Amino acid sequence: MSAREDILGRIRAALQDSPEVPEIPREYRAESGMDQDALVHLLVDRLVDYKAQVSVVDAAGVPARVAELLAEARSFVVPAGLDAGWLAGLDGGPGAGRLRPDSAAAPLSVAELDSTDAVVTGSAVAVAETGTIILDGSPNQGRRAITLVPDHHICVVQVADIAGILPEALRRIDGTRPLTMISGPSATSDIELERVEGVHGPRRLDVIIAR
Amino acid sequence: MSTFLGMPALPVYGTGNLHAAESFPKAAHRELGNAQLRANLGHATHTIRDKRLQVVSELPDWEQLRDAGSAIKESVMARLPELLEQFEANFTARGGVIHWARDADEANQVVAGLIRDTGETEVVKVKSMATQEIGLNEYLEEQGIAAYETDLAELIVQLDHDKPSHILVPAIHKNRSQVRDIFLREMEGVDPELTDEPARLAAAARAHLRRKFLTAKVAVSGANFALADSGTLAVVESEGNGRMCLTLPETLITVMGVEKLLPTWQDLEVFMQLLPRSSTGERMNPYTSLWTGVTEGDGPRNVHLVLLDNGRSAALADEMGRSALHCIRCSACMNVCPVYERTGGHAYGSTYPGPIGAILSPLMTGIQAEENSSLPYASSLCGACYDACPVKINIPDILVHLRSVDVDSKRGTKKIPTQMDVGMKAASWALSSGKRLGLLEKGLPLGRLAAGPDKKITKLPGIAAGWTQSRDIPAPPAQSFRDWWAKEKDGRK
Repeated sequence: MSAREDILGRIRAALQDSPEVPEIPREYRAESGMDQDALVHLLVDRLVDYKAQVSVVDAAGVPARVAELLAEARSFVVPAGLDAGWLAGLDGGPGAGRLRPDSAAAPLSVAELDSTDAVVTGSAVAVAETGTIILDGSPNQGRRAITLVPDHHICVVQVADIAGILPEALRRIDGTRPLTMISGPSATSDIELERVEGVHGPRRLDVIIAR
Repeated sequence: MSTFLGMPALPVYGTGNLHAAESFPKAAHRELGNAQLRANLGHATHTIRDKRLQVVSELPDWEQLRDAGSAIKESVMARLPELLEQFEANFTARGGVIHWARDADEANQVVAGLIRDTGETEVVKVKSMATQEIGLNEYLEEQGIAAYETDLAELIVQLDHDKPSHILVPAIHKNRSQVRDIFLREMEGVDPELTDEPARLAAAARAHLRRKFLTAKVAVSGANFALADSGTLAVVESEGNGRMCLTLPETLITVMGVEKLLPTWQDLEVFMQLLPRSSTGERMNPYTSLWTGVTEGDGPRNVHLVLLDNGRSAALADEMGRSALHCIRCSACMNVCPVYERTGGHAYGSTYPGPIGAILSPLMTGIQAEENSSLPYASSLCGACYDACPVKINIPDILVHLRSVDVDSKRGTKKIPTQMDVGMKAASWALSSGKRLGLLEKGLPLGRLAAGPDKKITKLPGIAAGWTQSRDIPAPPAQSFRDWWAKEKDGRK
């Protein structure tokens, strides 16, 4: 008998008493009911609590903020589908030799990513209550590796993409895409429970909330 | 066609790191002597539980989330064969490959075979209870394959050739200077000036593992959840070592217990609220990765999943105990347990320590396996673990149930009455009549004599000696309550 048949047989035998399949009570909150100002306020509070840096700007202010944050980066990676307008504030045109585009069709090698200082991406949806940003691999977010290997992640969150609580956010996501949920920069508390930001993932997370 | 014929099958128990080699009282007695361990653990468990209470109190619907989580898991157990088949079909349709493993040995062989097929002799690993349970690292080492733990705490434990002592923070029994000494001794090319600052130590671990991450061709992980309706797997972590292992290598091999399933994508909204808050006391963990089979151009091209029984079907067969399989490995129960807090995780002798381990291990191995029969007694039945459990596993009830299973399993096996039997007989004789008890109470002053001037009895004879092994007994009162009452009543007349 194959292991599969054997295990399924054992499980069926274990359930010979035919336990009842209960109704799932879903009386927990499905919506937060917060307005946009409250959502932004809460998201900023939670991101700051996680030691992320946050700025809230008008949509027109994104390029200037991106340029400011990239001032010290010798190189940065962007996914092929990033809004080109976000890079318009960079001196001498987009990146002036510092920009390294990445896509599934023409991916940077891991070594190239490792020698890149920063990454700029969009985001799929954010959860205000938990300070979580969800990336789903859409063209403006790119492959999972680009937001992992460079040490500084600059992430643009559109106000319309902020959900109040997790159930609202997950409803907006296709679960079969390669997903990354990010709440603050990489962190560990393994030595005497003292929190240290930055282990293997990016040590700096900058969030630009675009109104 | 399934070959299941409806025969009552005997449970098939698990193997691997689930067995205590010595009884809990014996192991606990030794561990209690480790003052460093007790100090570290006391600090850690109190800190995490305070944080947990704070973030849990922020949610107005915490109890509703627990109710939903508990019912979802109950329905998973009731529908497990159907959900496993659904998950398998979806995971396979998206390019993943499923393997089934009856026990630890079989799982180890499958994983080693998959690694051998890649031609590699090194793998990076994400922290995983399932691979601890089957002893994968040790098995791979025998096969000439080096497995590198990449979670900071697991790395500390691995470098020190030690064992984890806590599900969530496996190196919590070590303090910063011990960690520095381990790094200086065991890590190649570490800066000899390394201080014991946690930030410096984390940076040393980063430098140590960086090249491994960037060049590894094969990774091994566990999984926190598997969604049946889409074939999706999820790993919840903090450091980014998980993301490194799950996305950079060409081949990803995941080992997961069959009970980790959730029926639908929607159920994730319940468990991703319950787990981080119960576990680290955070609103959300820094990183969660989800993947569904293979994604073209993003992440590993060869994606495998080993579905592990290893005693889970045996636990499922126990109608009272099966809800132990609802466990999502958050470790909230151990952080509130007065017994765990003092003995630490090593005393439980299994991959799963604390209150959940005290029920899960004997359920998965059978109560008679080695010294696991002592585990259901490793509790004061105070109920704190039940209150803390995000999926409402009634651990105290299952502990009591397993004690009765243990007693039943030993019934008729002892011919000569033990001291305990004699003691119980005597107690039953004394307590069955007020007159007899009154007679015995006349002996109380004798106890005071035995206690001496400091009014403490430090050593009892015979079977009762166990009681005084780690505590003193206060001297009995000069008179019994009944004597006092009789006098009191007379005085009032």
